[in-house]
Amino acid sequence: MLEDWLVTTLARGLAFAAPLLIAALGELVAERSGVINLGVEGMMILGALFGFIAADMSGNSWLGVLAAAGVGALAALLHAFFAVTLRANQYVSGLALTMVGLGLSGLWGKPFAGKPLAHPLSKLDLPGLSALPVLGPGLFSGQSPLVYLGLVFAVLLWVYLYHTKGGVTLRSVGENPAAADALGVNVYLVRYLAVVFGGAMAGVAGAYLSLAYRPTWTEGMTAGMGWIALAIVIFAAWDPLRAVLAAWLFGAFYHLAFRWQAYLAPEFLKMMPYAFTVLFLVLSAWAKSVRMSAPEALGRPYVRGERE
Amino acid sequence: MKLVPRQNVSPLWVFSVYAAAVAGALFLSLVLLALYGVPLGRALAAIYQGALADPRGFAEVLRRTVPLALAGAGLALAFRAQFWNIGAEGQLLIGAVAASGVALFWPLPGGWVLLAMALAAFLAAGLWAVLPALLKATLAVNDVITTLMLNYMAIYLVEWLIHGPWRGKSLFGFAYSEKFPENAWLPLWPGTGLAWPGLLLAVVVAALFAWLLYRTTLGFEARVVGENPEAARYAGVRAAQTLLWIALFSGGAAGLAGFVEVAGHHHRLLAPLQISLGYGYTAIIVAWLGRNNPLAALFTGLLLGFVFAAGDVAKVVLQVPFQLVGAANGLILFALIAAEVLIRYRVQWGWGRA
Repeated sequence: MLEDWLVTTLARGLAFAAPLLIAALGELVAERSGVINLGVEGMMILGALFGFIAADMSGNSWLGVLAAAGVGALAALLHAFFAVTLRANQYVSGLALTMVGLGLSGLWGKPFAGKPLAHPLSKLDLPGLSALPVLGPGLFSGQSPLVYLGLVFAVLLWVYLYHTKGGVTLRSVGENPAAADALGVNVYLVRYLAVVFGGAMAGVAGAYLSLAYRPTWTEGMTAGMGWIALAIVIFAAWDPLRAVLAAWLFGAFYHLAFRWQAYLAPEFLKMMPYAFTVLFLVLSAWAKSVRMSAPEALGRPYVRGERE
Repeated sequence: MKLVPRQNVSPLWVFSVYAAAVAGALFLSLVLLALYGVPLGRALAAIYQGALADPRGFAEVLRRTVPLALAGAGLALAFRAQFWNIGAEGQLLIGAVAASGVALFWPLPGGWVLLAMALAAFLAAGLWAVLPALLKATLAVNDVITTLMLNYMAIYLVEWLIHGPWRGKSLFGFAYSEKFPENAWLPLWPGTGLAWPGLLLAVVVAALFAWLLYRTTLGFEARVVGENPEAARYAGVRAAQTLLWIALFSGGAAGLAGFVEVAGHHHRLLAPLQISLGYGYTAIIVAWLGRNNPLAALFTGLLLGFVFAAGDVAKVVLQVPFQLVGAANGLILFALIAAEVLIRYRVQWGWGRA
């Protein structure tokens, strides 16, 4: 009984965590390069809309995922131009991106609102893993392939960050861009690539919502998840594996709140994710180790030849 | 492309660049409208007719200006002190809740009820903003995210109230509160839909905030904390305390906007999206465009109020989704930060690594 309950919580929590994790991993890479992008929410919603449109028109939901990644990357490119090339205020640029994303998706999405998707992303049972005792059937069968992809990505990203030369370069650009530059690293290029990668991931996270989680387009369907993803990056202390735990914990919490619905007004239930986010941020602020792990140059534009 | 810092920046240059940026963003918004299938000439004619030429239409512009200017003046104060308050939207809603609570459940004679509503709105919304400021001051918790999360929480609080305990008993199928007693209504300017005391309140608050920022110790401390936290520490500024006061005023102003919306226009508590069309988010632009000067928020509020009224016209006359206003907002914000760059740097074109 308890086992069933635990497995369901973990499995459903994972399904809810997937978009948060995917978006958070992207943002994590951008922030590791020293650029904060508050436009996650806007890039996600654009990904959700264009993913849906592409899937709806082509009849192929994977094309939708691809389109969502492309649109997210394009939106992020705009932010990179402002944040890296123009050295504009990154906070404001990200906010502007979120406003544009939410606005444009509402404008262009009107004709698609409420239309169900004929061919949503099919669910996948992982061979082998789904046969594992206890946890296998719940976690590794009947989930969207994007859920597994998110997990695999987290591991790959962790290896990349801590065990490859490229990872060292990325981290050094976020910690001390002047030193990286002195060693011949093209700081601007690294930052552009990191931000654009983050945008593509945010787009895919949006596509998960409109192609798999609830295969339809609804205005404002990201409902603040982009902001929650930003909080997860902080809570995870900019570590991809911890991001898995943070997102999963978050998803599990949300699922549990869902189970309390008999005792709780639905409005309070909907309030939970946002309350959890504040709670998570407070908890991570208490932990000194988390505070210390923010990239040193986060949010600061780099100017070549100028001392900090 | 290369950016070379400018030495002297004249106010005229600042103004011209800002004006050009806003004009450019508004033009891009018109292009969006054209892409949506509305011919440019028809759009301009409809907006001119609906929002400028007709006095009732212009009253609508002023009606939108009030919440934008109130919340914007508060945000100007917050941004000066480096309190990244993105939560004006939620603070506005909390103000509406507090004002409604007083109007619905506290029968006071005559005009006293309006005074009590305004005070309750200011205090409740101010405290709603103090919470993230407290977390920032004590634990260095990211204020952008906490203030934003509190917006969503405020939305669901309102939803809960109008579906649950405050739901009007005489209304079947609608999630509203009961109507306020008539002495809790703000008077309208004859022949229009503008609750004029709101406009007066916005002018007074903006002036008071400008005085606070430029003429009082608290304002001075807020500016020092914002511009140079290191120097503030040497000068013995109690940064945490300053931040909390600024947050109280900033949130309070947004709360007053909520009070004006329910007392002046709706006369009841209703769905969050009906109380505010995103005024709290647009107020960020109002403050930024006014270079975080609370008095300037009156004028930039008017400009953005016009954008809202134009969006209304586009929705009613041209059948364009109101989300156009959101997109226009974002474009204006992008244009503004680009303008900020042009103000501070000279751009030299050319290839190679900048």
